[in-house]
Amino acid sequence: MKRTIRRARDGSFQLRLTDDERDLIADLAGQLRELLVTDDSNGLERLYPPAYANDPERDSEYRSMVHDELLEKRLAAVDVVEQTATATSLTEDQVTAWMGAINDLRLVLGTRLDVTEDQDFPSLDDPSAPAFAVYQYLTHLLAEIVHALSRD
Amino acid sequence: MSTPTISPAEVDQPTDDTEVTPDRPWVVIVWNDPINLMDYVTFVFQKLFGYSLEKATKLMLDVHQKGRAVVSSGTREKAELDVFRLHEHGLWATMQHDE
Repeated sequence: MKRTIRRARDGSFQLRLTDDERDLIADLAGQLRELLVTDDSNGLERLYPPAYANDPERDSEYRSMVHDELLEKRLAAVDVVEQTATATSLTEDQVTAWMGAINDLRLVLGTRLDVTEDQDFPSLDDPSAPAFAVYQYLTHLLAEIVHALSRD
Repeated sequence: MSTPTISPAEVDQPTDDTEVTPDRPWVVIVWNDPINLMDYVTFVFQKLFGYSLEKATKLMLDVHQKGRAVVSSGTREKAELDVFRLHEHGLWATMQHDE
C-alpha cells in the first residue's frame, strides 16, 4: 500500500490525499475551531485535563494559567490545516500542526463516542456509525503522520 | 518549539520555628486512555523529552499495560512545564509529589 504521507529527500512531506479527503479534513478543522472558540464543553474535557488530580486549588491556578495558551496553540494548528488542506507538499512544521489538530479531533470525537480500547465497529444501523467511521479515518491519518515524522 | 510562559510557583516563606527542608521532587505521570495511539504516545515522549525510541516505547508500554508511568521529575516548575507540554499534545498527564 502506498503511504498517505512520506518524507521526501529534500525534507518536505508529500501528501497523497483525494479531493474528498481534503474537503473532509478542512471541514473538520473548521468544526474544531468552532468548538474551541465557543468552548463547547461536549467532548472538550480531554483537551484541558487536570494537572493536579488531588489538589483542586492548585489545579484551578494551573488551568487559569494555561487555558488561553493551550487554546491559542490549538487554533494556530487548525489555521495551518485549513490553509494547507489542498497542498501536496508540506513542511515539517505544517505536518506537526496537522498532527496536533487531527489528534485534537480524535480526542473530541473519541470522547463523544465514548470509545474503548480495541472497540469493534458499530453496526451500520447504529446512529454513531458515521462518526465512528470519521474517527477511524482520522486514526489512520494520524498513524501515517506519526510514521512519516518518526526518524527512527 | 516555542516555550510556554509558565509563571514561577509561589514560594512558601519559612517561619522561624520550622526547619527548612529541600522540596521533595515532583513526578509527572501519564495515564492510560483509550484514544491516544500507542505510536503517537511513543513519538510524543521522544519529541518532548528527547528519549530514545527504546526508552519512549518502554514508557508507552508501561502506560498501556500498567495504566500509568512516571515520565519525568524535578522541581514543581519543571513538572508543571512538562505537564503543560503533554497537555498540549493531548496526553492525560498529572503531577504529584514523589512518595
